Amino acid sequence: MMDDRVGDAVAVTPARATPAEMQEAIGKVVGSATVNPGRVTLDLPPLIENGNAVPLTIDVASPMTGADHVKAIHVFTQKNPQPNVVSFHLGPRAGRARVATRVRLADSQTVVAICELSDGSFWSDSADIVVTLAACLEDGI
Amino acid sequence: MASALINVPPRVKRGEIIEIKTLISHTMETGFRRTQLGALIPRDIIRRFTCTYNGTEVFRAELHPAISANPFIVFSTIAVESGTLEFHWTGDNGFSVSQSTAILVE
Amino acid sequence: MSSRRRLATALGGLAFAASALAAELPSADRRSGYDFMSRETRAMQDDDTANPAMLWVLEGGALWTRKAGAAGRACADCHGDARATMKGVAARHPSFDPARGRPVNLEQRINACRTDRQGAPPLAYESRELLALAAYVARQSRGQPIEVAIDPRTQPFLEAGRATYHRRQGQLNLACSQCHDANWGRQLAGNVIPQAHPSGYPLYRLEWQGLGSLQRRLRNCLVGIRAEPYEYGAPELVQLELYLMWRARGMTFEAPAVRP
Repeated sequence: MMDDRVGDAVAVTPARATPAEMQEAIGKVVGSATVNPGRVTLDLPPLIENGNAVPLTIDVASPMTGADHVKAIHVFTQKNPQPNVVSFHLGPRAGRARVATRVRLADSQTVVAICELSDGSFWSDSADIVVTLAACLEDGI
Repeated sequence: MASALINVPPRVKRGEIIEIKTLISHTMETGFRRTQLGALIPRDIIRRFTCTYNGTEVFRAELHPAISANPFIVFSTIAVESGTLEFHWTGDNGFSVSQSTAILVE
Repeated sequence: MSSRRRLATALGGLAFAASALAAELPSADRRSGYDFMSRETRAMQDDDTANPAMLWVLEGGALWTRKAGAAGRACADCHGDARATMKGVAARHPSFDPARGRPVNLEQRINACRTDRQGAPPLAYESRELLALAAYVARQSRGQPIEVAIDPRTQPFLEAGRATYHRRQGQLNLACSQCHDANWGRQLAGNVIPQAHPSGYPLYRLEWQGLGSLQRRLRNCLVGIRAEPYEYGAPELVQLELYLMWRARGMTFEAPAVRP
């Protein structure tokens, strides 16, 4: 579980109730370290026509040198059956800390991206998205 | 028959940052769906994707069921030298697909 | 056919077409389903390196050169380079098959080649191989105008398809025209209702998480209005396909498309 010390920015807790599972999954990755908002940009469409394949792009402002680079980027969701989405492992060979994929989002919710830098610090960004469902049921085709 | 589509620029300048796009066919069965009769459909996903550049791993992704079917992954790497980029996908039920592309660095 | 009969048939055809047009979407108002999609989904379709449908096109390209059946022939053995020989073909289907006395859609045409020319069993509807071949062939028509041939042979099937399109069906007692002619552009639950032009089939549907045919989509709609869906390959579906392609005549074929 994350420490909630006064004065430290704990960006992964937005100003509303967050399911404990996502916090726990994040905790497994960051340990007791503080997660700061910033450096990471999580790009998701705000309104999604179909939750089966949502384009997701993450960009981290980083020189990507041996001394200062992004080691990993982790993505979590709040309301999917399981909080983990994907973990990307980069390094100075990447040149640029920019990744993209397509994810499944079960419901309108908050998605969180956390990046781990070479100095051991963690940074995050989150996005609130709305997922619409298909109008007609297709079962039994 | 798993097919993979890999998009790497064929000729690049030394030191250039190249964007690599990969697509592979896979249903990425989440393990949360049920049949019409209520039986749970077991999970069957790709769990790991790696890219090695002349033998050195330059990128790795760990996938969970929340990654969409037919996983699409885009990442960057610096064109350091000519050679071979190898892409490897592994997952449940012994899933293992490798594909390589030549890269010409000028 | 005598010249007088030919003239009478042509006039009759024109009269039919004119009365039919009165009930149709005005030509200038027609828009592809592409226009109703989000920016992100459009971007997925526009980029061949990101469009999941291209996985099927890739497989189809491999199947195109694979020998099959008792005749030991590949598609390529008769049709050569698909980029040249298949250009426009998908945009002109369904088309009349004189041997069968009825129009056939692209999947049925592929299977006809398999049975008649390759001596191979037909591929199952919605099977991976049939979809891959259809996607590969359809890809060669991208950018071409849709143009199905309507003549005295296909006219009755067009009329039957049009009648199906306008007929109320299912427990919800809805006709296709009620959503797609009268209410396109409006919302149905969270989604915008498109005009139902089949300009991109076979396509990757996000809802399916896979590639599928127009017939699969039509069957889904029928289930959606709680009607008994016609079987794959049923004449009712082929007639409806013919009507929908005629309704989309002149529009640009954009297969393999992506839809939500």
